[in-house]
Amino acid sequence: MSDHEYTPSSKFGKWFNDRLPLLTLANHLTDYPTPKNLNYWWTFGGILTFCLITQIVTGLVLAMHYIAHADMAFSSVEHIMRDVNYGWLLRYVHANGASMFFLAVYIHIFRSLFYGSYKSPREIIWILGIIIYLLMMAAAFMGYVLPWGQMSFWGATVITNLFSAIPLVGESITTWLWGGYSVDNPTLTRFFTLHYLIPFLILGLVVLHIWALHVPGNNNPVGIDIKKPSKDTVPFHPYIVIKDAFALLMFCIVFAMFVFYQPNILGHADNYIEADPLVTPAHIVPEWYLLPFYAILRSVPDKLMGVVAMLSAILILAALPWLDTSKVRSAVFRPLFRQFYWILVADVLILGYVGAMPAEGLYLLIARVATAYYFAHFLIILPVLGWKEKTTPLPLSITEPVLGGSPNFATAKSDEKIEKTIK
Amino acid sequence: MSDQKDEKKTNRRDFLFTATAAAGAVGVGAAVWPLVDQMNPDASVKALASTEVDVSSMQPGQSLTVLWRGKPVFIKRRTDDEIKKARAVDINDLKHPEKDEDRAKNPEWLVMLGICTHLGCVPLTDKGDYDGWFCPCHGSHYDTSGRIRKGPAPTNMEIPKYEFVNTNTIKIG
Repeated sequence: MSDHEYTPSSKFGKWFNDRLPLLTLANHLTDYPTPKNLNYWWTFGGILTFCLITQIVTGLVLAMHYIAHADMAFSSVEHIMRDVNYGWLLRYVHANGASMFFLAVYIHIFRSLFYGSYKSPREIIWILGIIIYLLMMAAAFMGYVLPWGQMSFWGATVITNLFSAIPLVGESITTWLWGGYSVDNPTLTRFFTLHYLIPFLILGLVVLHIWALHVPGNNNPVGIDIKKPSKDTVPFHPYIVIKDAFALLMFCIVFAMFVFYQPNILGHADNYIEADPLVTPAHIVPEWYLLPFYAILRSVPDKLMGVVAMLSAILILAALPWLDTSKVRSAVFRPLFRQFYWILVADVLILGYVGAMPAEGLYLLIARVATAYYFAHFLIILPVLGWKEKTTPLPLSITEPVLGGSPNFATAKSDEKIEKTIK
Repeated sequence: MSDQKDEKKTNRRDFLFTATAAAGAVGVGAAVWPLVDQMNPDASVKALASTEVDVSSMQPGQSLTVLWRGKPVFIKRRTDDEIKKARAVDINDLKHPEKDEDRAKNPEWLVMLGICTHLGCVPLTDKGDYDGWFCPCHGSHYDTSGRIRKGPAPTNMEIPKYEFVNTNTIKIG
């Protein structure tokens, strides 16, 4: 992985490193050449790692007090809130931590969309990211079921019933998922097990995600290939470490504001009522981070097609590196794409809004238009833009547009390009 | 393997490869199946398969919700007006054509799973555009026979297996 040979300075270090090259890895991570123009949108990878660790640590201690049984789950959560030392803090950090995790992941994804980070040679990083995102949704959904409140129970019922839309085997699959004929105790215990497992799967995928990132190196706001190491790069430590740390601090302020001042604002009051299989709450809404997909599900009048549309909305992202035909990565040099990008952002926010509203009248109409546009963006607009759009000229290096004057031979990656520019 | 003709022919080694892979696949399948099947309903869940309900105190127009296999079952003693309404519908107008006569053998009593066939919510009784049931989750309207009339649900609410043990008792399951 590393471009240069690393030798530990101490004798013991050398002895150890010859047998297990952990110090070489540490050296690779600290010296890792990073584009020097990374802005604050690039700090969310570190923030997400922090979120994952926070969820694992708080989740681990909550599991010491939680009881996964239909008769006891609800009261064990209240027991955590009232009796367990700092239980309220741990639970509020864990519950709001899920929202913070999704907030960060959405910023991270939209960063990639803007700067074209999903394009060659970073497709595998992107696809690993989509898998992590899917696992995050599964973990969040199952975690939300554990308190066994009304929203837990009915959310679980609605989501597991999505599988019943599958022709022929749908009913058997839902029965298998439930371990019975409805959401009940067997469902709760298996959701708890899987909720405990998934974060570790995510952790493993994060390692692969970072590994795949370290092969080509970071994309950057200009989106061009850069020579590494060169005048266009800085070592990860201390430059990026300190920038990430500062951004994390700012992020934690927002996190703390939710935990200490509005711990329940992102939840639903109905979930403080114990699960009742005989009464469905008047208005079932998923957590805010799933709302855009929920809106897509409801905008299709057919059950099976609704489920297909919702899943496609997520899976279409995996095909994005091939749907976006433009060779230019960064939206900075794509004037038309930039506009469509912001329309997409607005479209997703609108979907999120109508997802929280009742599925009728004007809301339903808006949801349908927004759903159609969402798919059109990926299936029509992006492929067409690739060959229609006139992009603005790319700089030869990160340094060049800043220093001005003639192209800087010392920093440019490809000599061919320089020759072309001089001609 | 000196002769090229020998390499192209299926030889004993190919047979051994295939046989080993096949035996391995069967073994893995047999080992995985218990891990998959353990998630299906267990014996204690299946044992709760039937429920008996006393309906002697129910007046016409009243409805009762009971739990059967963890699912709500609606028992409705229908009024004459409701029965007439349910039977007057032209069967060709229905999304999921079923005669009321087939759904309620004894016209006064409608017994069905109180689960919306869309995504499994419990519909509200005596609500909706057809004075039957209305699902608050995604807006499905059912008539007085529990048939889907409007909204995203694909089929009518399901009729479970049930019987009158005597005039006062219904056995579901």
